[in-house]
Amino acid sequence: MLAEKYPEEVKKIFAKYPPEQKRSAVMPLLYLAQRDEGFVTKAALEDIAQMLDITSTDVAEIVGFYTLYHDEKAGKYRMQVCTDLPCALRGADKFLEELCGNLGVKVGETTPDGMVTVEAVMCLAGCDKAPMFQIQSPDGIAYHDNMTVDKTMELVAALRKSGKEVK
Amino acid sequence: MAHLLLRHRDIPDIGKMDVYEKNGGFEAFKKAVTKMKPQEVTDSVKASWLRGRGGAGFSTGLKWGFIPKDIWPHYVVANADESEPGTFKDREIMESNPFQFLEGVAIAAYATGANAAYIYLRGEFWPVAAILDEKIADMEKAGFLGDKLFGTDFSLRIYTHLGAGAYICGEETALLESIEGKRGQPRIRPPFPAVYGLYGKPTVVNNVETLTNVPLIVEKGSDWYKSLGTADSPGVKIFSLSGRVNQPGNYELPFGTTFRELIYNYGGGIIDGRPIKAIMAAGASSAMIVADDKALDTPMDYASVRALGADLGSASVIVIDDTVSLEWVISKTIHFFKHESCGKCTPCREGTYWMLHLIERIENGEKTKETVELLHSVARQMLNKNLCPLGDFSTMAVTTAIERFPADFEASAAGGEHG
Ligand SMILES: Cc1cc2nc3c(=O)[nH]c(=O)nc-3n(C[C@H](O)[C@H](O)[C@H](O)COP(=O)(O)O)c2cc1C
Ligand code: SF4
Ligand code: FES
Repeated sequence: MLAEKYPEEVKKIFAKYPPEQKRSAVMPLLYLAQRDEGFVTKAALEDIAQMLDITSTDVAEIVGFYTLYHDEKAGKYRMQVCTDLPCALRGADKFLEELCGNLGVKVGETTPDGMVTVEAVMCLAGCDKAPMFQIQSPDGIAYHDNMTVDKTMELVAALRKSGKEVK
Repeated sequence: MAHLLLRHRDIPDIGKMDVYEKNGGFEAFKKAVTKMKPQEVTDSVKASWLRGRGGAGFSTGLKWGFIPKDIWPHYVVANADESEPGTFKDREIMESNPFQFLEGVAIAAYATGANAAYIYLRGEFWPVAAILDEKIADMEKAGFLGDKLFGTDFSLRIYTHLGAGAYICGEETALLESIEGKRGQPRIRPPFPAVYGLYGKPTVVNNVETLTNVPLIVEKGSDWYKSLGTADSPGVKIFSLSGRVNQPGNYELPFGTTFRELIYNYGGGIIDGRPIKAIMAAGASSAMIVADDKALDTPMDYASVRALGADLGSASVIVIDDTVSLEWVISKTIHFFKHESCGKCTPCREGTYWMLHLIERIENGEKTKETVELLHSVARQMLNKNLCPLGDFSTMAVTTAIERFPADFEASAAGGEHG
């Protein structure tokens, strides 16, 4: 239960919106729910629905609509590489291909140790710093700009070692 | 000229409260609240002819003037969704010069009688939202946000709200739906947000860069502002330059700077000194500009770019050189719009699906005149049939690439990626 587990955060979230507009809290609550396992569980859907007086189908619709909410488990770190036009004009496709080769996975797959899922995504507003990606982890989202395959492999090694995100 | 928006490039610690204050920070807000009536602030912004930087270029002062005085409460919403491919200016403003933006939000709220403002950031801007939350807390501590500001009756609170990955949420009515906790799908208009906005109340929606201009106008006046840029498009603009240039990045320049100056003087020219081929001035939503001498010498303002058969939009200039096939370029843009169509209306949903299908056929060897013509005609048929501009945006690059760069779509032309 989010309200018991993160009472301070939940209170802060509700304070942002007018009391009669509770539904606005659905997006921040979903981020909170994803913090534990990296995806939104069925139980969390029910929990959030109850807090907001809406149905769990309403909440599931939100999860389905937005790409940063997930209903399935993936690697602990989702490495979301931008391959949109401006980045691709600066070598992003090739970067992704080589990175996948080094990690031994295809786009969309997770490394066997369950640490990294590699994804190709649309523009991340860092087009002048290609190749670039963001890492979505249970703790949030962080940008990694001007990357090379070598630098990325070092980052992955560090992630594996500490289990924490390093900048 | 010293930067007016990207001021951190001249004053590195401008993101700190004491440094911002030492450099005149919050003087404009204080002046507005203590010395001006809300209407006077709106009039001054109107007189400056500040035009919205989110893409449409609509007069900010006019927009504020539409807010009715008989329906309450009012809201201000800052659009920090910044998801157009090739656009990365709002991120830099918020990361490095956050107080000037927040001061703009505060002045907009005072002018329109709003006691609450929301900043809608794309979900990927999680760390940016954390910065803003910190700066908002600093402002509360310093007495620039909260109840009875500067000893007047005006109260204001600013909140951040994170999206979760959906380009369509940059469209203002989809954005409002998203804050309300619904799927981010555009509303049917009218009514417009000025009358029926957030929670059904009068709402001003402005882009981050637009709002960051506002403290300058209040402080230095509309005549000063109009002395910058061109008559059609006064002031300065941040051009996000990307693609096949040596020095991609944000460049704050007066409106009316030419494409040539931006690309060659500021952007350091084309990678490996190759010839330039095409320019997309408004990100992935752009029509394709043939980069000949006439285009390169065109001043970048709303009217002049329109005369080239394109739009300036958010001024996200993507540069394409002769190593790149336009077939490959539109494959990228079609994938983008297919992914981002919200699915609410049939022409956009089905049209983006068909365009994707056809470009894949072309890429997989079926590069015939018929298939290319079919792709062109599918795109043409989508025009003006959609609830929001995304549907039309998705066709711009496709139709103009085929019309203006026919050689790239001939059977013998090399497709694929750039060399
Ligand atoms: C599909 C679509 C995406 C948009 N994305 C953005 C965006 O990311 N940021 C933005 O400020 N405006 C965006 N807009 C424009 C907004 O709808 C709106 O016009 C703008 O926020 C108004 O602010 P302004 O007058 O200050 O430009 C988008 C519009 C459409 C149709
Ligand atoms: S035009 Fe496309 S994005 Fe816009 S409302 Fe219709 S389906 Fe959604
Ligand atoms: S295209 Fe990759 S960040 Fe914009």
